[in-house]
Amino acid sequence: MSPAQWDLPPELCCRPVAFVALTGLDVVYNAIHRAIWDAFCANRRADRVPISFKVLPGDNEYPKCRTKRTSYEWYIPKGILKTGWMNKHLNLVPALVVLFYELDWDDPQWKEKQSECATKVEIVRTSLQGRNTKVAVVLIQKKTPLPPGEDLVASERASALCGACDLSGKSLFVLPHTDHLVGYIIRSDFLFLNKHQFKMGFFSELKQDTQNALKYYRTAYSLVHELRAHETNMLEIKTMAGFINYKICRLCFQHNTPLDAIAQFRKHIDLCKKKIGSAELAFEHTAWMSKQFQSFGDLFDEAIKLGLTAIQTQNPGFYYQQAAYYAQERKQQVGQLCSHEPGVGYPAPDPLETTSGALDFYGQRPWRQGHQSIDPPDSEKEKQGILALQVKERDIPHSELIIALLSNAVAQFKKYKCPRMKSHLMVQMGEEYYHAKDYTKALKLLDYVMCDYRTERWWSLLTSILCTALKCSYLMGQVKDYITYSMELVGRASILPEEQKSRIEKNLIKVLMNEVPEPEPDCDPLSVKTAQSLWSDRISLAGSNEFTIEVQDYVPFVQCKAKFLSPSFHIDEPVQLHVYVRADCPHPVRFSKLCVSLSNQEYNQYCLLEDASKGKDILEPSTQENMCLVPGKTRKYCFKFVAKTEDVGKKIEITSVGLMLGRETARYVYLNWRGGWGDAASSHETLQACRSFKKRTRFPEQQVDWDTVTIQSSTMIISRVPKISVQLTHEPPALTNEMYCMIVTIQSGEDTVAKDIKLTAGLKPGQDANLTQSTQITLNGTEVCDDSHPALLPDIPLGDLHPGQKPLYIHCVSTGSRILLFHVAYSVSATVEGKDITCKCHKDETVTLETVVPYEVAMKFVSSKFEHLERVYVDIPFLLMMDILSASPWPIELVNSEVQLASSMNAIDQPQSQVEGVTLQTSECASECFLLKCPPVQNGTTFAGDHANIVIIVVIILAVNRHLPSYVLELPSFGRVRESLPVRYHLENRTGLVQDVEITVEPSDAFMFSGLKQVRMRILPGAEQEMLYNFYPLMAGYQVLPQLNINLLRFPNISNQLLRRFLPSRIFVKPQGRNGDTSIEAA
Amino acid sequence: EVLCCANYPLYIRSVPTQGELKFHYTVHTSLDVVEEKISGVGKALADQRELYLGLLYPTEDYKVYGYMTNSKVKFVIVVDSSNTSLRDNEIRSMFRKLHNSFTDVMCNPFYNPGDPIQSKAFDSIVSTMMVQAF
Repeated sequence: MSPAQWDLPPELCCRPVAFVALTGLDVVYNAIHRAIWDAFCANRRADRVPISFKVLPGDNEYPKCRTKRTSYEWYIPKGILKTGWMNKHLNLVPALVVLFYELDWDDPQWKEKQSECATKVEIVRTSLQGRNTKVAVVLIQKKTPLPPGEDLVASERASALCGACDLSGKSLFVLPHTDHLVGYIIRSDFLFLNKHQFKMGFFSELKQDTQNALKYYRTAYSLVHELRAHETNMLEIKTMAGFINYKICRLCFQHNTPLDAIAQFRKHIDLCKKKIGSAELAFEHTAWMSKQFQSFGDLFDEAIKLGLTAIQTQNPGFYYQQAAYYAQERKQQVGQLCSHEPGVGYPAPDPLETTSGALDFYGQRPWRQGHQSIDPPDSEKEKQGILALQVKERDIPHSELIIALLSNAVAQFKKYKCPRMKSHLMVQMGEEYYHAKDYTKALKLLDYVMCDYRTERWWSLLTSILCTALKCSYLMGQVKDYITYSMELVGRASILPEEQKSRIEKNLIKVLMNEVPEPEPDCDPLSVKTAQSLWSDRISLAGSNEFTIEVQDYVPFVQCKAKFLSPSFHIDEPVQLHVYVRADCPHPVRFSKLCVSLSNQEYNQYCLLEDASKGKDILEPSTQENMCLVPGKTRKYCFKFVAKTEDVGKKIEITSVGLMLGRETARYVYLNWRGGWGDAASSHETLQACRSFKKRTRFPEQQVDWDTVTIQSSTMIISRVPKISVQLTHEPPALTNEMYCMIVTIQSGEDTVAKDIKLTAGLKPGQDANLTQSTQITLNGTEVCDDSHPALLPDIPLGDLHPGQKPLYIHCVSTGSRILLFHVAYSVSATVEGKDITCKCHKDETVTLETVVPYEVAMKFVSSKFEHLERVYVDIPFLLMMDILSASPWPIELVNSEVQLASSMNAIDQPQSQVEGVTLQTSECASECFLLKCPPVQNGTTFAGDHANIVIIVVIILAVNRHLPSYVLELPSFGRVRESLPVRYHLENRTGLVQDVEITVEPSDAFMFSGLKQVRMRILPGAEQEMLYNFYPLMAGYQVLPQLNINLLRFPNISNQLLRRFLPSRIFVKPQGRNGDTSIEAA
Repeated sequence: EVLCCANYPLYIRSVPTQGELKFHYTVHTSLDVVEEKISGVGKALADQRELYLGLLYPTEDYKVYGYMTNSKVKFVIVVDSSNTSLRDNEIRSMFRKLHNSFTDVMCNPFYNPGDPIQSKAFDSIVSTMMVQAF
């Protein structure tokens, strides 16, 4: 029996197709025949019925057919299925033999050819010897046949040929050798197929009638299990059941009923699981089971490739996994059953040898083929046979089989999102590689999955993997891996019992001493020997004795936490750093070096603890004890250093903490905690610890509760606290445009001289951009700032500190609040930890300054009658009224005021300030008044006024009417009752046009008058007209004058009202005096 | 065999104790299916989700059942496939009992959620359940 005995025969696995033999074709020498053959075989597309063709010589020897029994009465079956049977029907016995023969209907030698053809048919018939195989004849003709019925010769000769060959008319074909070869051949395919007739259900499948085939298979399957099963034929029954099961499942998948397939398979497994057969050959059963699962997995996988969808819980991976499981079991059984004494060899006359070299029936024992009774015929022979099988089994590479199955399963589970299942299988693969002594591969696989279990915190599983990995690394003499795995196994993540941990720790210490560790238990003794020599080689090997282990990927037995004592340190105090180290191994462990690396590496030298015994002199005897880690106790190491002045404002971070185990003279390993703390398990532990409600147990002095140690892995170096005071003296609010004075007083409280004091004063950066433009700072208060002055005066050197003051002027152009910054920087020398350093200190002082408007200036234009003016007129004088209202909280003194007139305007008298020297209290108001006149031509006026030392620019646009006549009235300042009052109106036309004027005088109650009451006249350009009236007042007091209405006929739009503005409308009439009685008397 | 876990074991116990490691692997791998089942349920339905997850996956020798509380603590029960006395309903009630007992554990002010369960009451519940079932 070959090792591949459990493999399914290939003819079982392939899809059965009908076998058709073609004879009479000479494909080698005849081009036409070749073309026919190619047409049959070459272009077989899916639309054509699957048939396998073979060219055979006419007298081919077909397998002999045994004489059929007429009854089963005295038939003792020797077995169920002969081994050659399927192959016979697939490849040897054709379902149809086709005889090709070149013969045209009108061949001149028809008779001879006909008899030759008949002979050939006869030869084929004879060689088939009564098998139920059809024979067909194909005539290859060179001429295109005429339509049927027309060629009388043809039909006559065809029937003659059929008679001669003993063929039915349906089995005779004509294949004209024309262009349509392929078309003809496709048709003939079908014809051949339809003629297949097989006697057995098994052949249904050959006919592609899979439904029927399935039915037959199912019956066959149940029949197989109805057979009487005993030890001798168990294997045969199982083999057959396996075959039929395979066929059924395959067809179910083919019919797209995967659930049926799975159900059938389950049934099959349940039925066969307990049919172990011979106990001595139990491995045969597990091998068979493994094969069952594997082949079902293959079928399933194949179906998926053809479009079936599988799910997570039902995918081929499970079957491969189970197959692997049985393979493992098989291997175990082999270990138990086949561990013969060394003397026992392979039995001398090979009981597995058969005369034919192969078995007649599937699943039978070679030494008793065809034997059907319950008891073995020859017990000695049986023993020899079993021994032979066992010996053979021993040589089978079980691990390889298992690994192949497992890797199949891994590939499947990867596909169906089962990461954990995948890891599990990979662990199994790793273990199998370990058993197969392929330690490199084992270690690679185990190392790969280890981190999954570590992050998932399945310590029990991790421990078991680590143990295997440790064995591998030991056997390969891999120092670094050995150290890494031991460290983890000794540590808190491992659930190993204490004595195991202790053993491993002792080994670890040996390795660190550069000695050979004790072998791991349960290792292959042969491999241990090689390993021991490997390890001793390592000892003599110089160099490569330094290892660094990045702790964050593991859970080693030493834990570390490093922290700065404060999130920030002033430059004049030492930076303090504590490192807490704890070991959780069973025995105390000594380390030789502890070093902290910081982001600024210059400080690293201060954070170093080294084994003093290695050095020349022992400085502190306590150091020795100090560097020993007692299990379960937390050790604290303090480091201190003075930061450099350049580092002020910078962050110092702990980049890593390194702990050296072992000696530099022997072998040592650095445990490196990146960031100063934490391994693969500590983040979760920290979380749990902070959640914990457990009462913190009070620890005695010098001992720390590990969980309460918090992490502070970075610190800021900040400048020294300044011992100076900055005082600001000023009186807010500031007034707009004021040169606002602030006095900065700096007072030093330093013990030594404060040097290089620099003051930066001004607007605090980062405020509104408009503020920057509207704020100016200067040290010189005597002149007004302009835009050239900055908003912030940086670094005003003040020299060494002599306590003093510094006046500063601020010019705020706009109102609103602004923040001012006063930054005083200086340096001072200080002594820290016996070190002199020059500290730069600075102090910031900010103040919010409110700026208000000191006074408001209101201006208005009024007429000479103090009436409000919308517009001013050329040559007509008007008044500019100026009101200055103080808004300042302080009294303000008006130094001067000035009206700056634009050229378009003239002052009628010399404009002098009328408010000079006036002091205004809060909300007091000062007014002044200027008489102005616009000369003609100009139409825009700009006023500029200057008051005190503040500039206000007022722009007023005035519209001036240029073309109107102007009127002048000569009127006495007062009248007297019953005294004649002469009034003269001057009308002057200043326009370039002749003006038609209508003048009317309306009567008034208070006056009688004489003169023209209504008149029309014409005034030439530039001419003047006088109107003289005599008014006679009747009443005393303010009286309304008779109203003069002027109508400009050419400009009807010019309102009378407008013109009247310039005319006085009232006059004061004095009563008659006492002494004036004379006039009354005279009257 | 019983276990409660939040992807790492809070409590794990098995009878018989030999071959324990294999059970641990079985439970660990079953979390794949639990995760897949949970993620399969839509967000909206997550609240109405039934806690009992049913048979997680078939193996030749064991049946693995799953259950997940609303706080995402998972319970897994592994029973021998030959044990036919345990039907779906029995498994359900076992889970319910476990859940109740687990709730009691959580209510203990001295229990820190996330720590391995070391409760005598829980132990005894599990023990009685195991005695009944196996």
